[in-house]
Amino acid sequence: MDFSRRDLFKAGGKLLVLASVGATLEQITGAEPASDAYKMADHWWGMIIDIDHCIGCGNCVRACSRENGVPHGYFRTWVERYQIEEGKQPRVDSPDGAMEGFPPNTRERLKSFFVPKLCNQCAASPCVQVCPVGATFVSPDGVVLVDDTYCLGCRYCVQACPYGCRYLHPQKQTVDKCTLCYHRITKGLTTACCESCPTGARLLVDFKNPKDPVHEILRNNKVEVLKPYMATQAKVYYKNLDGAVR
Amino acid sequence: MWFARKEGVVRRLVRDAGHLIRPALVLLAGVAVFLVVRSAIVPKAFGQYGHYRPGALALVRQRPIAYAGQDTCVVCHDDEATARAAGKHAHVACEACHGALAQHADDPAAHVPQLPDVANLCRRCHEKDAAKPPTFPQVVTAEHSGGMACNQCHQPHNPHL
Amino acid sequence: MIPGVNGFMYPNEVELQWSVLIVLYPYITGLVAGAFILASLERVFKVEAVRPTYRLALLTALAFLLVAPLPLQLHLGHPERSFEMYLTPHTSSAMAMFGFVYLWYLTVVLLLEIWLEYRAEIVGLAQTTTGIRRLIYRALTLGSYNVSPEARRIDDKVGYAVTVIGIPSAFLLHGYVGFIFGSVKANPWWSSPLMPIVFLFSAMVSGIAAVMVLYVVCSKLRKVPIDMRCLDTIARYLFYTFVIDFTLEMLDLVHRTYEADESFRSLDFMVHTRLWFSQVILQIMLGTLVPLAILAANQLWRFSVGVRKAMYMTAGGLTLIGIFAMRWNVVIGGQLFSKSFLGYTSYKMELVTREGLLSAIALMILPFVIFLVLIKLLPPWQEEKPR
Repeated sequence: MDFSRRDLFKAGGKLLVLASVGATLEQITGAEPASDAYKMADHWWGMIIDIDHCIGCGNCVRACSRENGVPHGYFRTWVERYQIEEGKQPRVDSPDGAMEGFPPNTRERLKSFFVPKLCNQCAASPCVQVCPVGATFVSPDGVVLVDDTYCLGCRYCVQACPYGCRYLHPQKQTVDKCTLCYHRITKGLTTACCESCPTGARLLVDFKNPKDPVHEILRNNKVEVLKPYMATQAKVYYKNLDGAVR
Repeated sequence: MWFARKEGVVRRLVRDAGHLIRPALVLLAGVAVFLVVRSAIVPKAFGQYGHYRPGALALVRQRPIAYAGQDTCVVCHDDEATARAAGKHAHVACEACHGALAQHADDPAAHVPQLPDVANLCRRCHEKDAAKPPTFPQVVTAEHSGGMACNQCHQPHNPHL
Repeated sequence: MIPGVNGFMYPNEVELQWSVLIVLYPYITGLVAGAFILASLERVFKVEAVRPTYRLALLTALAFLLVAPLPLQLHLGHPERSFEMYLTPHTSSAMAMFGFVYLWYLTVVLLLEIWLEYRAEIVGLAQTTTGIRRLIYRALTLGSYNVSPEARRIDDKVGYAVTVIGIPSAFLLHGYVGFIFGSVKANPWWSSPLMPIVFLFSAMVSGIAAVMVLYVVCSKLRKVPIDMRCLDTIARYLFYTFVIDFTLEMLDLVHRTYEADESFRSLDFMVHTRLWFSQVILQIMLGTLVPLAILAANQLWRFSVGVRKAMYMTAGGLTLIGIFAMRWNVVIGGQLFSKSFLGYTSYKMELVTREGLLSAIALMILPFVIFLVLIKLLPPWQEEKPR
């Protein structure tokens, strides 16, 4: 065991942590992050999801719910299971958004796979377009956010989202959605869903960072966004996405 | 002569249409009140980055984190991290199984994490399902272990037997 | 699995966002726009026969217009924030313009036109009544007692101009409501450039029908004879607009069926199941084909006065039900299917909640209460003194 180091940590070795993990600064010291630590203009966030790595465990759904206090029965992220028999309509399920994973299905001779969903962080967001007051917006670093002190709760944005990513928060009575864990990514952490994904099926990416793996992934793979005909300039890219997915 | 006639037209117009000024004044007064109130209560700096309240960005960022993140965990728990690095779970983050532990990282003594419920935890990932990628290790737990807990044979940090 | 859900819905889609109150909103604004168009028939298009309903139509429009924003207000998660629509209207949002279109229509068109129309009476009443009523009328004069024939001639000219502006404004008010739905590209049930124009014509149909029914009911209650020339004319215009409305709706239907795009299978199934009663039975059969047949029969044959009255009332009543069903099918129908096209949810109307049935009923009664107050304040009857 490493009592010595843990004691050191407790005794005030926090500085060590601060130096190595600037990300947790606020959380450890309770201090405000330095205002110049994060520059919105330097980032343009998105995500890569690899269908071939998703095992439908629901870790992301639970983590998101825990991290963001998502109300029960509503989802900022969820996982769908597609089962496609040749020539038929796909059968899709997502029990409680896959909060507890999926009941096992061993039917062979079906094309079957999981599809994690979340806000696509569209650059040309239909939801932002329709907000009558400017309570939802694309941040300068490319995340679609809601100002819950300004939202009327008219729910026009919920209607306008082609992907079903928004809901009315039952307590706050304002619209709620995935923030791409904006409170985490602006501190240098990854999103809760990416952090907890055991297979690396989800990857937070920054299109403005020239060293980000996203550039290589986009170059070397055939990728697709959901409902490309909606022309929303979605920034969540799917690797190995089947054409049946809606 | 011509001038006098024109003056007469103007006077008649004022006399017969003068009342129309009144609803116009009411309307203008309404617009003026609106403009004054509007300039007084529109949130400060609205529109600085786009059509929204820039303060909203800070508001969203304010939220405390629940998941400490891999880098924070290994600051103390590098022995477990080393054990994990040798096995199949090398790329599974601590909190993927142990849950959100930012509070624990914040104050390890006050927030002692509970061990995960192994039966449920392992099955979520490794129960056989046709939708899982075929290369991913999967078992039908009922046949595989006959009711024995997974960690009686497998070490979670390095599950290879 | 989830009660009320068949197939697959995205998990956040199970619950409907827009309730029966949002059904009322286009219904009520439609009545406003339609009633105004009927009033303008007399004023601008010189259809003298409908003169007895001119003022009635204006007051009907005002009564409904005053109620129009209430269902929206009640529906909001934060009603106290609605003023933000005026403070920081988002120019790219179809909805943001509602407040401005509404205020324009209320003040510059309807109130002004009513004021100009009623000025002589208002001034007269301000001098003959006493007490509170006197105060009200004096306030309504806005301080001017000039009702000389010259001044009234100018009022008439300005009133004409206001009505001329009012027609495109009424079109704007309701066509715009259609645009709110028609411009949602994520929803194939709504997304259609025909939506504003379908809304517009259905608005005219419902408004004309409403004024027609109100005229008959008011005449009955006041025990005065109904001007059959007026009623026949209204019914004729109702028939004309209804034909256009029905043609447009069928064009929309045929177009969707013929194009049969990705959403078609899903929407077709919905119309044949969850919307069968409200769409096919109520809207198309009872609410459109039956009244159309009744009105068409009156164009072809001459029935006795009693039969005609009964026929018009039946047609008017069914029309009002049919247009309500149309609003229902648009608003509620548009939320019953999944945007994945793989499933359907259902709408369970609540009863005594803020967005429940009782609120809706109260909101539909309120315009009639306002209407009663208005006809007390500004009597629209003028049989004995033709213009």
